[in-house]
Amino acid sequence: MDIKVLGPGCTNCKTLEARVLEAVTELGIDSSIDKVTDYHAIASYGVMSTPALVIDDRVVLTGRVPALPELRDILTGAAS
Amino acid sequence: MTAPAPVDTAPARERLRSPWIGVGVAAVLWIAAYAMNRPFWEWLIGNVAGVDLESRVGSSVEFFVYDTIKIALLLAGIIFVVTVLRSFMSVERTRALLGGRREGVGNVAAAGLGVVTPFCSCSAVPGFIGFVAAGVPLGVTMSFLIASPMVNEVAIVLLFGLFGWKVAALYVTAGLLIAIVAGWVIGRLRLERWVEPFVFETTLRGQPIDSSAGLSWSDRFTMGREEVRSIIVKIWPYLLVGIGVGAVIHGWVPEDFFARIAGSGNPLAVPAAVVLGIPLYSNAAGILPLVEALHAKGLAIGTVLAFMMSVVALSLPEMILLRRVLKPRLLAAFVAVVGTGILAVGFLFNVVL
Repeated sequence: MDIKVLGPGCTNCKTLEARVLEAVTELGIDSSIDKVTDYHAIASYGVMSTPALVIDDRVVLTGRVPALPELRDILTGAAS
Repeated sequence: MTAPAPVDTAPARERLRSPWIGVGVAAVLWIAAYAMNRPFWEWLIGNVAGVDLESRVGSSVEFFVYDTIKIALLLAGIIFVVTVLRSFMSVERTRALLGGRREGVGNVAAAGLGVVTPFCSCSAVPGFIGFVAAGVPLGVTMSFLIASPMVNEVAIVLLFGLFGWKVAALYVTAGLLIAIVAGWVIGRLRLERWVEPFVFETTLRGQPIDSSAGLSWSDRFTMGREEVRSIIVKIWPYLLVGIGVGAVIHGWVPEDFFARIAGSGNPLAVPAAVVLGIPLYSNAAGILPLVEALHAKGLAIGTVLAFMMSVVALSLPEMILLRRVLKPRLLAAFVAVVGTGILAVGFLFNVVL
């Protein structure tokens, strides 16, 4: 699974990245996590509010940091 | 079609009801704490500890504890309510509403939507690109970007708590007017060529998702709680320092001190307040308790509001962010137009009030 965390490096973006890592480890999903900080790249995903989460090139979440259970649901949903 | 099994509906209803119980209990506790705050400290400091509340030390200490708790309660309560209400809006929806609007009407709509749309200034750049690349006019986009931080919930709550609803209402009205007029002026100036070219070259691929869709009440309440926590964690040091300095001024500075050096008669007071406000941003919450104390000692209300607006709308960190998409000339026009608006508001209120 190819996971990207989109955000210029604000506090929320870091929180989201840490939480994604936690959820992925917990679920044992084989994945790569990348950070996208370039504004041009962020905007080209059609994302207007950061942080955003992109899984396998599909935007699944924008503008907020989900709680861990919600994040787990999103990741397991995308894995299947 | 088979009827759903009755077993399934009970937990579903419980899930529906339970978040409201927690919120209801919290609301009752909040109201009780807010009502008890002043009498409790007057009783504890005045009666139990036996400190004269009219004395310098007594009035400073009482001001400090009472004000800290009052502001913390106001912030927590209103940020929660605002976040829950805003969870029904999203930048994606706002952009859809603004797409195809003409200037004028578009500026008014953008300023109004700037207030209700959940938008963090850290998203100013992707937001700007998303709006402009989707065809929202530059001036209309600017109205949104000016109103969004200026008519900001933290600033409004603190103004309401410290100065009353009249000042808060004046601030909101003036802030919206500046956003509408400044955005319209920037649109009229035809400054599109001073936008970094990559913005117009950005193609938006994929279907943008609406982040406000599909949320349950429970999700919205969780978002509200998280937002309260993250804002309080971020600003409490500033808040304590601001209230602390405010408390000292409260007890020690003579009554008409600022009326003499920076009252409404001093033409330099408003420009000085605007310039001072530019480098301060994250300190918006910390600066207001201090400003309240300054106002109590005679700093004119127009000067106070101009300072507030400059702190939240003309912040250096945000300008550095916007430089990625705006060329220096457009950035300068932005600062000049918004700064002029703030100066006008400051002078006007100093004369009228």
